[in-house]
Amino acid sequence: MLSVRNLIDTTSLTADDITQILDTARGFAEVNSRAVKKVPALRGRTIVNLFLEPSTRTRSSFELAEKRLSADSLNMGGSTSSVVKGESLADTIQTISAMNVDMFVVRARLAGSPQLVARSTDARVINAGDGKHQHPTQALLDLFTIRENFGRLDGLKVAIVGDLLHSRVLGSLAPALRTMGAEVVLVGPPTFQVADPTWFGCEQTDDIDSVLSEVDVMYMLRVQLERMEGAAIPSSREYNRLYGLNARRAALMRPDAIVCHPGPINRGMEIMPEVADSHRSRILDQVNAGVAVRMAAMYLLLGGEDHGMSD
Amino acid sequence: MAEPRLKAHIMDEAAVRRAMTRIAHEVVERNEGSGNVALVGIVRRGDPLARMLADEIEAIEGVRPPLGTLDTSFYRDDYSKRVVAVQQASEIPFAVDGRDIVLVDDVLYTGRTVRSALDAIMDYGRPATIQLAVLVDRGHRELPVRADYVGKNVPSSREEDVRVLVPPFDDGLAVEIWETPAEGRGE
Repeated sequence: MLSVRNLIDTTSLTADDITQILDTARGFAEVNSRAVKKVPALRGRTIVNLFLEPSTRTRSSFELAEKRLSADSLNMGGSTSSVVKGESLADTIQTISAMNVDMFVVRARLAGSPQLVARSTDARVINAGDGKHQHPTQALLDLFTIRENFGRLDGLKVAIVGDLLHSRVLGSLAPALRTMGAEVVLVGPPTFQVADPTWFGCEQTDDIDSVLSEVDVMYMLRVQLERMEGAAIPSSREYNRLYGLNARRAALMRPDAIVCHPGPINRGMEIMPEVADSHRSRILDQVNAGVAVRMAAMYLLLGGEDHGMSD
Repeated sequence: MAEPRLKAHIMDEAAVRRAMTRIAHEVVERNEGSGNVALVGIVRRGDPLARMLADEIEAIEGVRPPLGTLDTSFYRDDYSKRVVAVQQASEIPFAVDGRDIVLVDDVLYTGRTVRSALDAIMDYGRPATIQLAVLVDRGHRELPVRADYVGKNVPSSREEDVRVLVPPFDDGLAVEIWETPAEGRGE
């Protein structure tokens, strides 16, 4: 049983919550490796995927997770929903809620939208990414991937590298890693740095080469070209030369250190193909973990509604 | 609320081991050898018991039967009442099709765990037979389920708690009945 009603951010999660989700995700990872990749756990439950911002990877991952849990799901996109016709988000949510849905999965360009949804419904809410704020299921699948690799999170050192300023992945990942006892260092050019790294409990540096030999995980953020306001970096070639993870830099990492990336990859920008496809890369493991971790989050949030009854 | 207290020792370690030895012989007899038998322990305490049963069958037949672990959380019918995190993921490292599967659990009570285990194992394939071995049958079935192999029948009241102690989850190997004094019962 989780301590939260909704999964809006990782800062609200306790270490016990995160451990429960990751342990349960192992059970679902086993389901996903079988010939019959489906369990009846959420039979009869209805989940609405409200994607107000385009997303292919996250949405497919949630949809697969729902199907494998035997839930009924309904997809609502920005261009087809009445939010476009001028109905407010709160009105839309109240209307859909009146049809007795059990959960909303919300993806939005505006930070705070999932909280707004949660205030307008009794259904459970999962944040599938809101603006530059949070993307909690991405952080949880990252934690799952790292824990499966090292067998623990406590005491690991993780460098999060790149476009720190525009990253909702950072907003969820850094607090979750800290909660689980990992050390985090932020690396990025001055124009991409966060104003106050101590808020995340982290150090911040602009020198990627200084951390390479110290960390267990190099977590390379995607340079969010579509989110960039003005020219924060001179050119992608220069970014790659100063902050890209190439073979020369990868050779300086510890022998058992790994490389993660939330995807989609800008090959040749933040990461070179020879590293993305190397033995250090866990990028495909991350994608694979996504379905299992989302199944675990939905399973744990929707179960035990009548908590407290003895059997 | 009153503390539960130990009412009776039902089986000690020697009794549990004798029961497991007898069940192993019965499994081998019923299946005319253990060549097609695979054991599946239901988490949590069915798992170490299945391991013990595999040891016993190996001692009789000279061959160790394949051994799996089954977590039934995702198949339970009381999901809306309570949800618990998975403690140990399922692992079925053999083909289920055509096998004689022996499910192993510590206590048979309402039959609901066995019902969920039947659904779960079917999602791995189509076994030739599914049989059920339990260390203790305490009665009070809510579904038409019966065990093929029983270590000991323990008539109990619903207010009592039949506890099977088995390493690595407990210190020592035993079966006990605990009761909660009436005035403090209820949640």
